[in-house]
Amino acid sequence: MGKLSSLPKIYLAVVFIILYAPIFYLIYYSFNSGGGMSNFESFTLEHYQAVFSDTRLLIIVLNTLIIALLSALLSTTIGVIGALAIYFMKNKSARQTVLSLNNILIVSPDVIIGASFLILFTLIGVKLGFASVLISHIAFSVPIVVIMVLPKLQEMSTSLIDAALDLGATRKDVLTRVILPYIKPGIFAGFFLALTYSLDDFAVTFFVTGNGFSTLSVEIYSMARTGITLTINALSGLIFLITMVLVLGYYIVVNKTKVSAKEVKR
Amino acid sequence: MKNNPLRFVYAVPYAVWMLLFVLAPIVVIVYYSFFDLSGQLTLGNYRNFFTSIYFKLTMSSFWYAFLITFFSLLISYPTAYFLTKTKHKQLWLLLIIIPSWINLLLKTYAFIGLMGLYGPINAFLETIGIGSQQILFTDFSFVFVSVYIFIPFMILPIFNSLDKINPALLDASKDLGANAWVTFKRVVWPLTIDGVKSGIQVVFIPALSLFMITRLIAGNKVITLGTAIEQQFLVTQNWGMGSTIAVFLIIFMFLIMVLTSRKEKGASANGKVK
Repeated sequence: MGKLSSLPKIYLAVVFIILYAPIFYLIYYSFNSGGGMSNFESFTLEHYQAVFSDTRLLIIVLNTLIIALLSALLSTTIGVIGALAIYFMKNKSARQTVLSLNNILIVSPDVIIGASFLILFTLIGVKLGFASVLISHIAFSVPIVVIMVLPKLQEMSTSLIDAALDLGATRKDVLTRVILPYIKPGIFAGFFLALTYSLDDFAVTFFVTGNGFSTLSVEIYSMARTGITLTINALSGLIFLITMVLVLGYYIVVNKTKVSAKEVKR
Repeated sequence: MKNNPLRFVYAVPYAVWMLLFVLAPIVVIVYYSFFDLSGQLTLGNYRNFFTSIYFKLTMSSFWYAFLITFFSLLISYPTAYFLTKTKHKQLWLLLIIIPSWINLLLKTYAFIGLMGLYGPINAFLETIGIGSQQILFTDFSFVFVSVYIFIPFMILPIFNSLDKINPALLDASKDLGANAWVTFKRVVWPLTIDGVKSGIQVVFIPALSLFMITRLIAGNKVITLGTAIEQQFLVTQNWGMGSTIAVFLIIFMFLIMVLTSRKEKGASANGKVK
């Protein structure tokens, strides 16, 4: 591939600056002792202290994390089962139908998911709060896990399964010692994506959360609607830090599995 | 392994999920769209939808979604193109994706400060002599922030399709006497049209249904289908009307998916050329 001349470089630089400017702007003013996001007065950590001394906010952060972890775990389990079910389906058109049904929730706008789940929970009688939010998060994460796991299953050679069966493995052995290890990278990727989808979700949660329960996104929305509070800035500084750590962790895990996969191939 | 009736037992959780959270929600939305506020069976919601207010709302929602998609594409395509030409392109791509992992609300919130009357953008306009403007709570700010939010999602599929192009094709085109523009028009663009289509799909449908950005950035200047649904469900508590708008949003969604769906045959034919 050719080298970039200076004009494209400038273009890319501008795009990067625009993408990152709002984030660094938020973090910069989180250290402002003045009240707003203009006129930097002097450096302070008081907004970070405010975050850590606000027990209500900390409980909301905890709720968000619990919902994210639980929903990622459960949706990964259901998603892996779903991917296996789709993989073993013999009928091609039935498989295609199940796959398109699977994808409906991925392309559906959040508002539709939120509104329809709200009706559903009211009809069934699920109380709005922790349970309804958790169930919704599991529901919209399942198809993503399926999408991440299925390609791994499809690239697996069927002779692996046949060989294991010929060598006397039971069906359980085939699953736990051949299939699952092979699709592990897909499972991890699905889990990680489910986690980020849950942490990021605002619209669906906004619909199905009742009065007493709140997640971080919903809380930020209601704080932002009342105007500028530098506590949100401090919060975003922390979130940015955690996101970077997660991304780096994910990057390392993915690269590691790639390296080990290469080693296996040798 | 075959013909074992127990074989399907393990699929139960997934089947239950699909029944409860994919099929049932669509059914209840359609069902509720036939009821009015007092619980009477009616077609009134549909009649309402075709009155001028909702027609205008739908049109403006589509117009904004179109603008957002258009500008996202306009910015993303060159970005993706140049990215494929950088060294360490995967690392640069990762850097493009990272902002999309920061909570959407936080990014939107940042613009409340950036675009505010005393914010840096107005300070800049002041120094170059234009003077401060009301930027926040206009349709410009709405489109701008939405484009900002959607750019990474547009870049990703386009980058992937650009990255798959066999460089030999470009060399061949050059050797056969095509200039850069002809090569782009006849070789690069047709090979990346699928990426562009999936980019349009992931931007246009959410753009129709955004509601937090309209509320926070556009004030009440812009009403999208999403805002209308949220309004009906959570403010007016008129679930029937909200469901009716949702039914139409679902129909639009399917139409857009059909329009932007990839031609499987054409794509596989291209693949087989290798």
